Amino acid sequence: MNDTAEYKSASNLEKKLAAGEFAVTSELGPPKSVDFEIIKTKVELLKGYVDAVNITDNQTAIVRVSSIAVGKMVLDMGIEPIIQMTSRDRNRLAMQSDILGAYLLGIRNILCLTGDHTCFGNHPQAKGVYDLDSIQLIEMVKNMRDKKVFQNGEEIRNSKKAEIKEPRMFIGAAANPFADPFEFQAARLEKKVNAGVDFIQTQCIYDMQRFIDWMEQVRNKGLHEKCKILAGVTPLKSVGMAKYMRDKVSGIVMPDSYIERLGKSQDTAAEGIKICVEQIERLREIKGIAGIHIMAIEWEQKVAEIVEKAKLKR
Amino acid sequence: MIVAEQKPIEEIKGYIAAHKKILLLGCGTCVTVCLAGGERQVAILAPILRMSAGIEVIENTIERQCDAEFFDEIKEQVESCDAILSMACGVGVQMAARIFADKPVYPALNTMFCGTNDGAGQWSENCLACGDCKLGIFAGVCPVTRCSKSLLNGPCGGSADGMCEVDPENSECGWQLIYDRLKRLGKTDVLMKNTPPRDWSKTHSGGPRRLSREDITQL
Repeated sequence: MNDTAEYKSASNLEKKLAAGEFAVTSELGPPKSVDFEIIKTKVELLKGYVDAVNITDNQTAIVRVSSIAVGKMVLDMGIEPIIQMTSRDRNRLAMQSDILGAYLLGIRNILCLTGDHTCFGNHPQAKGVYDLDSIQLIEMVKNMRDKKVFQNGEEIRNSKKAEIKEPRMFIGAAANPFADPFEFQAARLEKKVNAGVDFIQTQCIYDMQRFIDWMEQVRNKGLHEKCKILAGVTPLKSVGMAKYMRDKVSGIVMPDSYIERLGKSQDTAAEGIKICVEQIERLREIKGIAGIHIMAIEWEQKVAEIVEKAKLKR
Repeated sequence: MIVAEQKPIEEIKGYIAAHKKILLLGCGTCVTVCLAGGERQVAILAPILRMSAGIEVIENTIERQCDAEFFDEIKEQVESCDAILSMACGVGVQMAARIFADKPVYPALNTMFCGTNDGAGQWSENCLACGDCKLGIFAGVCPVTRCSKSLLNGPCGGSADGMCEVDPENSECGWQLIYDRLKRLGKTDVLMKNTPPRDWSKTHSGGPRRLSREDITQL
């Protein structure tokens, strides 16, 4: 049996998760310039430690190198990319066009997001597109793959006589167990599963009890059997960062105990890594967690250490 | 109603600087109710312009600037002026420009939104006039207008304590409102049906919209 018949996309991430292996993904934020060295350095830090790497799409609504362009570069350098795609900057025409292009470039994983609001970025006067929301984007990518049709229902072929050639992506999305209304968040994941999502990466988890509660709701709905859930972690660099996450970032719950631990520590960065490793160890024990997503924000040099200390070495 | 607010005075003065005599024209409908461009606001703005711009300002207010018939009564007055400074919404400004093809027409207001009056001096946006109302599904709270990202399958991760991250001090999360209303009505199950992408061609994306009703045009 060939790969395409057995798998949806045949990406390495899909194969790994399908085999029941615990997956590790991380994040690579493209630079705010055409500085190739930054991309290369980050790839070197991550290579060999993760199964796939998210390439963020104008993260925090700040203009950066295109996620698909960087996705192609990291692929050529030996890392499997998960391109992030937000519906903030593109309408359904542009997104489908980019999905076709990304597929032709060899990209097989996509993470469907709505995207941070333009008001947080460096072009707050830009028009937010939001032609689709993340759930509609998931469904569009799934229909392109499974029904082999564009969003308008047209078959994906160059002409009536041409062969159908559809892009086959492994489809991811985000889930935020900490956003309000809390009681609706598991249901919202169910909506994403119904839309056709294959894997989920969660918002960074600090409030473990709330995450455990959310996972219980998720398991009660059987969602962990319908999609692969990767638990998100972000190592804390400093007390300032922890306080910023607590006070300024919506959808993050930061227990004071972590801020206290960091504050008392002689080596804050080392303590931050230690906390992160402990979190991973606890998350691995939760039934229904298929992997870890390490978002080391502009701290990619620590991913290898976290992976090794948490015994996640590939 | 259509909610508007007066433009900065310097911008208004910039428009009329080249003229000697203008008609400051108020509108008696929405902008009167939202205290932006009615008879009272005309009476307040006119002396400011006379003093600071040093030009002759004639005052008048008609019932509606979006209806051609109400302009009949001011035709002679317009003839005697170099230009019209309209205190209507953008619709009224354009109607004035259409009727008085040879007269410069300037806006004195910024037209903001279709909204509700939320108390003295407070208004908020409630309708984008999208042409395909879904309020029947969403318990009478519009996700297209009230959600900062117009999500049809919200909320996003930026909802905290009932407020939207875009403006956590002032802006409620539209999806929290939808969820709360549906819960009160015992209908949260409707949210489990994924809402398909919108047909934006029914909005301005399809070009300027027109409405022609034969039941009335054939009367």
